[in-house]
Amino acid sequence: MKNKFLGDMKKTTKNNIFTLAICFIAFCVVTTMIMTGSASRHMKSLLVPICINIILTVSLNLVIGFLGELSLGHAGFMSVGAYTGCLFSIYFEEILPIIVRLPLAILFGGLCAAVFGIIVGVPVLRLKGDYLAIVTLAFGEILRSVMINLEFTGGASGLKGTPQDSSFNLGFICVVITLILIMNLVDSKHGRAIMALRDNSIAASAVGINTNKYKLMVFTISAFFAGVAGVIYGHNYSIVTAGTFDYNKSIEILVMVVLGGIGNIRGSVISATFITILPEMLRGYALDDYRMLIYAVVLIVMMLLGTSEKFMFLRYKFSPKRLWSKTKNEVKLRKENI
Amino acid sequence: MKKFFSVLLATTMAFSVTACGNSSSNENDEKVLFIGGSGPLTGDYATYGTSTKNGSTIAIEEINNAGGVNGYKLKLVYEDDQADPQQAVQAYASLMDDGMNVTLGGTTSSACVAVSEEANKDNLLMVTPTATQKEATQYPGGFRVCFMDPDQGTYAARFIKENDVGKKIAVLYDKSSDYSVGVYENFKSEAKKLGLEIVETQAFTNQSNTDFSVQLQAVKSSGADLLFLPIYAQEAAYVLTQANSASLDVTFFGVDGLDGVIEKIGESNLSLTEGVMLLTPFVATSQEQNVVSFVTKYKERHGQTPDQFAADAYDAIYTIAEAFKTAGVETDDKQFNEKMISAMTQITVNGVTGTMKWSVNGEPEKAAKAVVIQEGVYVEYKK
Amino acid sequence: MNFLSNLISGLSLGSIYALIALGYTMVYGIAKMLNFAHGDIIMVGAFATIVFINNLGLPMIVGVLLSVVVCVVVGVLVERIAYKPLRSSPPLSVLITAIGVSYFLQSLAQVIFGTNQKNFPKFIEITPVHINELTIKGESIVTMTVTFSLMVALSLFISKTKIGKAMRAVSEDKQAAELMGISVNKTITITFAIGSALASVAGSFYGLTYGFIGPYSGSMPGIKAFVAAVFGGIGSIPGAMLGGILLGIIENLAKAYVSTELSDAIVFGVLIVVLLVKPTGLLGKKTNEKV
Repeated sequence: MKNKFLGDMKKTTKNNIFTLAICFIAFCVVTTMIMTGSASRHMKSLLVPICINIILTVSLNLVIGFLGELSLGHAGFMSVGAYTGCLFSIYFEEILPIIVRLPLAILFGGLCAAVFGIIVGVPVLRLKGDYLAIVTLAFGEILRSVMINLEFTGGASGLKGTPQDSSFNLGFICVVITLILIMNLVDSKHGRAIMALRDNSIAASAVGINTNKYKLMVFTISAFFAGVAGVIYGHNYSIVTAGTFDYNKSIEILVMVVLGGIGNIRGSVISATFITILPEMLRGYALDDYRMLIYAVVLIVMMLLGTSEKFMFLRYKFSPKRLWSKTKNEVKLRKENI
Repeated sequence: MKKFFSVLLATTMAFSVTACGNSSSNENDEKVLFIGGSGPLTGDYATYGTSTKNGSTIAIEEINNAGGVNGYKLKLVYEDDQADPQQAVQAYASLMDDGMNVTLGGTTSSACVAVSEEANKDNLLMVTPTATQKEATQYPGGFRVCFMDPDQGTYAARFIKENDVGKKIAVLYDKSSDYSVGVYENFKSEAKKLGLEIVETQAFTNQSNTDFSVQLQAVKSSGADLLFLPIYAQEAAYVLTQANSASLDVTFFGVDGLDGVIEKIGESNLSLTEGVMLLTPFVATSQEQNVVSFVTKYKERHGQTPDQFAADAYDAIYTIAEAFKTAGVETDDKQFNEKMISAMTQITVNGVTGTMKWSVNGEPEKAAKAVVIQEGVYVEYKK
Repeated sequence: MNFLSNLISGLSLGSIYALIALGYTMVYGIAKMLNFAHGDIIMVGAFATIVFINNLGLPMIVGVLLSVVVCVVVGVLVERIAYKPLRSSPPLSVLITAIGVSYFLQSLAQVIFGTNQKNFPKFIEITPVHINELTIKGESIVTMTVTFSLMVALSLFISKTKIGKAMRAVSEDKQAAELMGISVNKTITITFAIGSALASVAGSFYGLTYGFIGPYSGSMPGIKAFVAAVFGGIGSIPGAMLGGILLGIIENLAKAYVSTELSDAIVFGVLIVVLLVKPTGLLGKKTNEKV
């Protein structure tokens, strides 16, 4: 931290800049690989899904990590965004040039999802914990059932004919915007109010924080970004089917959030990337029958290694930091704190 | 802890980037025609993908044992896509990295529609065994082995009218399956044209595809004498079992998805399939030589009778082989794709699902046979 | 007549949900975790029954009882290996682990038994009862009878026995229970064992009613049962029973009188409305948050 410029900044700001820097470096590396032709087709096909998953994970982390509520219906918001954004693009494909239409579609999809966020957010004000989680799950499932039964969504056969406009560049821009907006929100006065709610809602309302307003706000913002991710998804494939957005999809996003660390945005970015790549890595090794089995085992082991008390202690015991540490006393103290 | 994770994740990511990067190339000098495909091998729809994979693998082995085509051996790589368009596209990309020459597309319709878009960009020949949705073959390079949804419903309605199998018709279909909805809608419009009376329409979704008590109760009280089931064999097995315990007495009539119902329902309940009628291009108990040999091999290998999916996949491989033979091109020919695609409309394939020819729009011309199940065996329907 | 017949099939479906929901609610009440893998225990139980009766040729009672043993072993093993090390971790990590276990059991079943659904042996043959035009299926009668007797037995077990008392104590206050000399770990293991045993019975009846079992057969009843548990008030045993049965009935009546394809949406919609009116479910306890 000898750099004076960095040294003057708050720790969180430094952290945020670091997260964005990681993204930029990754973007540059990948773009160079694409330019030089060393990126494989398979890798290129994963880039947009990675961006989509990062947006989904970061936005869900806002609800889970910062508001402290469990939501199991994130895929529902994504589906609203995907359908509305795609319909928008289908209707305006001839009328508007892509440069105007695509941002509008993303905005429109996001806003529609945000409206649904408000609709779900209202019961949120009354419920908490697992009851809230089940309501979000129920909401996602209702949305899915309704989408299958509607005419204009294409029903079971799916919505087709959306122009395939998504690209890695678009995905990356959306990721950066999402990251900047959400990191700033968390850092702002509002963000502190939200975290105060999470830590102790009674104390928070006692100091005059409007509980309802902030809960609703978080749900709406989170839904907005899920919708944005949905629009990008819809424009990446030639078909959108309601079956994609079932509760397994919500669970998948939840897994990414927890694996990356609850309330840790950089962790979300990394784990979204990792979880998107992991099952794809297992392709082509004649492992197809065992793919899900391996995924499940990795998931369990990760959770055990990452959060189990016993393993945390073992890891601590054999960590190089401790072994090389000169001040034994400090170590002892830390040990007691674990 | 977070640091530990970041390091762990970063290493795996670095590994994965390299893993994604390297593509396996064929080391030996043998000339290989690389056929790729994807379907659900895990997840709720795994049974469809597995059948398709098994059926096509047998065809590949047969062709290679007979010496290959034009001095080429065939190679098949079949990936898992969990019936998800996104994963199907990723599987397609991974196969393209490995040098795929022809694709089988996706097994399920929505996955196949997504793949067809990609295949069209590469101008690749796609012969999908089982994707029934119309859009799957909308591009010049897209062909299919199975029937398209709309045709099946129309044929079924005409058949019922012509042979007078039922007067009051009830329908039970899967609202969440594009296949089922497609067949049903065309059945409905054709039935209206022909003046058939549909007295009851019931639906279900893939979230509630085990309990049909309410739907069957409604069918029962509607007084229908024929229940049209444009659904797949597994659900039909549930329907037949529950219709029996609800003492519902109707004629069951299905299309090609119903094929395999004998196998699904199992030995002990075989009597339940008695009298079930279906229109299907593939009859596993047929005495045709190629069918007998395919069914025997499949049974030996996988311990069960091949279903429609397996049969269509088997034919798809033979179709590709035939097109390759007719086109007579080398795989490194610049015109390879164009020649393969134009060969598709010239060939005639005598497969286990019937004799097929293709038109430019990618639809097969083949006949569906009407069969009745009697004592666990398909018997050709006679009025 | 249709109404009655739909009501009865709803009751039968609901009692299966109730059996599964009991497992969810007990584990939640005592270990404060959502055991998402619980639905898959049903599938394990049903597959075990198939193996014992069809493949090994054991008599039906022995087969069903052995499958209960298998489920108990699987349930306890899962608890020991995957959940116990995480007892003091954040609840979400445990939830994700449970999801991992669920995927694991499903994929394992698929690797072992293949993707095709297997025929479930009709281990009890009971002729349907006819009252006027109304037909009651034999399976429905058995399912309902067994469910109700199991529920009564469970209620007695919880209220009368020492272990039951320990379970109540742990769900009330873990630390205080430990101070009173109750082994919390042991109690949690017993809870998992009982929940898995009930799930196994539910699996057998599920198979009996519908006739087929596949690797993913447990997931949908599992989710519905989870909904049922929340519906009745998660953590409350009578609540799970009530929730399960009501859910089955609502589902069937919604199918019959509103829309078959939207029945799930209706079930979830009713759930949301109930939770909005009574935020802790029908019979859930209201806890006042202390400052």
